[in-house]
Amino acid sequence: MNMTSIIFSREFKSYFTTPVAYVFIIIFLVLAGVFTFYLGNFYEIEEASLKAFFEYIPWLFLFLIPAITMRLWSEERKTGTIELLLTLPISMWQAVLGKFLAAWAFTTIAIMLTFPIWVIVNILGSPDNGVIICGYFGTILMAGGLLAVGSCISAATKNQVIAFIIALAINFILLLAGFSIVLDAFSGWAPEMLVDAVSSLSFLTHFDSMAKGVIDLRDIIYFVSMIIVWLYATAIIIDSKKAS
Amino acid sequence: MISLKNITKMFGSFTAVNDLSFTVESGEVLGFLGPNGAGKSTTMKMITGFLTPSDGQITVGSHDITEEPVQAKSIIGYLPEGAPAYGDMTPEEFLIFIAKVRGLTGSKVKERIDAVIKQTHIQDVLFKPIDTLSKGYKRRVGLAQAIIHDPKILILDEPTDGLDPNQKYEVRKLIKAMAEDKTIIVSTHILEEVSAVCSRAIVIDKGSIVAYGKPHELEERSQYYGAVTISFSEDGDFSDVITSLEQVEGATSVKFDEITERFTTFPTDKKNGTDLFNKVSALVESKGWDVKEIHLERGRFDDFFRSVTAGDLESKTEEQCGDKPSVPAKQDEGAQQ
Repeated sequence: MNMTSIIFSREFKSYFTTPVAYVFIIIFLVLAGVFTFYLGNFYEIEEASLKAFFEYIPWLFLFLIPAITMRLWSEERKTGTIELLLTLPISMWQAVLGKFLAAWAFTTIAIMLTFPIWVIVNILGSPDNGVIICGYFGTILMAGGLLAVGSCISAATKNQVIAFIIALAINFILLLAGFSIVLDAFSGWAPEMLVDAVSSLSFLTHFDSMAKGVIDLRDIIYFVSMIIVWLYATAIIIDSKKAS
Repeated sequence: MISLKNITKMFGSFTAVNDLSFTVESGEVLGFLGPNGAGKSTTMKMITGFLTPSDGQITVGSHDITEEPVQAKSIIGYLPEGAPAYGDMTPEEFLIFIAKVRGLTGSKVKERIDAVIKQTHIQDVLFKPIDTLSKGYKRRVGLAQAIIHDPKILILDEPTDGLDPNQKYEVRKLIKAMAEDKTIIVSTHILEEVSAVCSRAIVIDKGSIVAYGKPHELEERSQYYGAVTISFSEDGDFSDVITSLEQVEGATSVKFDEITERFTTFPTDKKNGTDLFNKVSALVESKGWDVKEIHLERGRFDDFFRSVTAGDLESKTEEQCGDKPSVPAKQDEGAQQ
């Protein structure tokens, strides 16, 4: 069996051997419901779509994704299992990828479990299911990007609380990079090119078009390259910090 | 075969391992000794490819650990310091995971797992989460995962730490049994373990080798080698004992241990211990002392260990030992890691 998949399956199973997975999934589903039906005014907007759901899901991820990723590497470092893992005959990349994919698969399952909302919308009206599938696709891609960020932060510290808070802060900046709250910090002094560059890093901008049903290759490339870059950084950080 | 050539490891400006070179051949068990922070674990971490040396070359089998890390790691079995394991898994799940990563497939997985379970005596805890196991069991699970692929090279960082005396005995027996066709490095704090399992020993202090040899050779370098120790059956007036012993031909000094109430007479020439023994016995007889015990010391490893690693703490015992480390004694010992 391929090494990445062995690492993946060990990691994936470990979510379900502790209550973490169940607590996470339940909280995620409850909050997704609350956000969609109450804050998102699902009924009031009288539109057969998951617009309300997709609008709030990035904010849910802002808190919940760091909760998944905070233990990813910091726990390995704290318990010393990182020494065991990295002296097995696997490459660093296989370890990083295996663990990341497990977190991504777990998050994807949580996302898929929101299907009752999709069922409801189909009972109440006739939505464009293509748009919804595209939205889910975007949601999973965005989750991957945020998880990769969290993986990198988790690799940098033994302390899970710190890993959580820093990942949350960075996710917040990345989500809102295209909005004035972040851009204002740059626009005063930075050259326009930099401001545009920061703005183009925004998770939300890239996600929004997908949530509306538009699949643009550039958005996909954006998320995939985000994942690769952050995972690459994860590997570098682990390599340089494993001794401490 | 394991070979280290001029290995140095720096952490910032701190030198954890300094220009270390040695070779271990197949069939050998090398005991790796040294005080805390001497660089034992750091060296083992470099041999197993967890840390990269700042300088030097490590060859494991026929593979350079930095050039071909995956190939080198595949022939190594490693028990890291503290025997880390995934606490949420049971030993059974954990061993299956390790077996798969180690490339075992099909019936071989079960076969090897059954074998190591028997060798390390962990049958009783196979289905309990590792987090809930006692220290001794955790250590043995760690040992089991290290030997599951029957590796040619075995690196064990304190394999008997946390075990009770019976378990220690079992683990030592296991290491000895495996030694025949493997290259093994064992680090330990327990000095008697060296004589019990190792064919050779290296003592390192502050990152450098301070002594190297067969366990009995190192014991012979202790000041106690060739000394004669006596103890008396009853309390009494021992005032003239020390002076009498000191006057025995071939004796340099006499030491009285207040805890064990023993008198040890040190010889001028360590090789002539038997001679001194005969002379002391003759003295005992002529004085009519009621002696409970008299014996010739074979050398004490712990004494030798202290003399080469404790700097000037034990300066009195040092003069007899050839290669005392020439390092300042006041360095911060806990600074490593």
